[in-house]
Amino acid sequence: MTPFQTILAKELRCFFVSPIFYVVGAVFLFISGLIAHLMTVNAGQQAVRFLQVQNTYAQLNLNELVFRSLFYSLDFVIMFLLPILTMRLFAEERKLHTFELLLTSPIGINELISAKYMSVLVIYVGLLSLTSLTPIILSLYTSFHWHPILTGYVALALQGGLFLACGLLASATTENQVVAAFLSFGMILLIWLLGELGSVLGDTATGTILSYLSFSEHYDRLVRSLLEAKDVVYYLSGIVLTLFIAHRVVDSHRWS
Amino acid sequence: MIAVQHVSKHYGRHTALDDVTFHVKKGEILAFLGPNGAGKTTTMRILTCFMPQSEGSATIAGFDCLDQPMDVKRHLGYLPEIPPLYPELTVDEYLTFAGRLKRLTPQRLASRRSHVIDQVGLGHVHHRVISHLSKGYRQRVGLAQALIHDPPVLILDEPTVGLDPKQIIEIRELIKSLAGSHTIILSTHILPEAMATCDRVVIIHEGRIVAEDAPDLLSSRLRQSEKMSLTVKQPQPGWLERLGMLPGVLDVLPTATPNTCTIDCELGQDLRETLSQFVVSQGYGLLELKPLSLSLEEVFLQLTHQEEGTGPGESGRPGSSEQPPA
Repeated sequence: MTPFQTILAKELRCFFVSPIFYVVGAVFLFISGLIAHLMTVNAGQQAVRFLQVQNTYAQLNLNELVFRSLFYSLDFVIMFLLPILTMRLFAEERKLHTFELLLTSPIGINELISAKYMSVLVIYVGLLSLTSLTPIILSLYTSFHWHPILTGYVALALQGGLFLACGLLASATTENQVVAAFLSFGMILLIWLLGELGSVLGDTATGTILSYLSFSEHYDRLVRSLLEAKDVVYYLSGIVLTLFIAHRVVDSHRWS
Repeated sequence: MIAVQHVSKHYGRHTALDDVTFHVKKGEILAFLGPNGAGKTTTMRILTCFMPQSEGSATIAGFDCLDQPMDVKRHLGYLPEIPPLYPELTVDEYLTFAGRLKRLTPQRLASRRSHVIDQVGLGHVHHRVISHLSKGYRQRVGLAQALIHDPPVLILDEPTVGLDPKQIIEIRELIKSLAGSHTIILSTHILPEAMATCDRVVIIHEGRIVAEDAPDLLSSRLRQSEKMSLTVKQPQPGWLERLGMLPGVLDVLPTATPNTCTIDCELGQDLRETLSQFVVSQGYGLLELKPLSLSLEEVFLQLTHQEEGTGPGESGRPGSSEQPPA
């Protein structure tokens, strides 16, 4: 086993015996199921209204009525939940003094960070894939386009990937898990608000740059099934940059 | 095997280590002795490449700690002051994790794991979760972690802290049995521990090495007199002066405890009989008379006083001007 695999396996093992994973997983799945249910009921009510007004069965756009709203709502859910998942990554190592074991073993900080990041990513993508039960079950009763749903999941995965990287960075800066969670939450909100600030400033150069830096417009495009390379590049470069800063932060502990 | 040359470490304006130089030969056990905050852990962290030094150079097995950290890390096992354990893992899982981190092959890992489990006496708890283990067992798991890849150099930061006396003796025996094949640095603030286990002692105080010698040489060098503690029931005025006039007595000092004094006797003389007869004949009521050994605090006071240029004969009094750091 390479050190990367070793740390990844250990992280996953620790997640599966920790209550945090089960709490986050249960809340995430329950909320996403509930939202999907509400959206579906809502779509059903609209269909009934159509029937009453026009006396015909309207062809409802489920992609728009159910899934797009679902993806927008899940964006908020992960904004709150993912910092809980990432808060222990480094904070706990420092609290338990196992940081010394890791840094005095013949492994690189690159391997350490990538393995830890991969562990939360695996867990998040695993949870995300469980929510695919919603479209699968709905597809038994009605028809809709799969393409926007797939890009929606890509958007959620990339968005979550960025949040997880922020959470990992926050966790690397402190040994207090609660502080780490709030810090990553704050970081995510800040990046989000950059977009709002950008739209206030409008079409100016600063406004465009700020809007680009925020994930809002990129996420928005992906959810509306506009799969463009620049949005994927935004997420991937954001993740790499955040992990690089985390690398520097972890390395800097040795100098303090 | 281990060479530390002119190493200093500054934290901002605070100097944790100041021009520290020492060498450890292959197979030797070196004790690093000092009060808390003396710079023991800092030295060990530099040697284990956990943190870089500000000045000077440190090499382990010929590899430089700054330039070749991966090679250094491969050659050493480190037990930090607080054992680095994951409470949710079992002992087996933890040691497997540690072994893989040290890049052992699966076959070698399996044999090494069962070997170290026997070596540190974890046989009957190896399947238990670490959070359920007592402090003594956790310490052993930490030690097993340092030994798992059979490193030529072992760095142990206070390996016997928190253990009961039986466990302390076991761990000391284990450390002694590792000498020869392993080069060991261990830190401690317990003088008898250094005496019992080590070939050489380095005493560090406020970031500087104040003494370096074999344990017995060090203690004889530091011992200027035999000390006795005497407690009586009903002292009479001037009893201390009268005791001080006895042949062989160098000095008599009152202590904080009432009716108790410390008596300095000439080196190599056992005055217990003389003293007891005198106390009984004067009718003071002898309650207790016992020889005092040099405590670490006194060693430190002596060493630091000598550093400041005071004559050794006047130093070594507990409770005198300078207090050692707690």
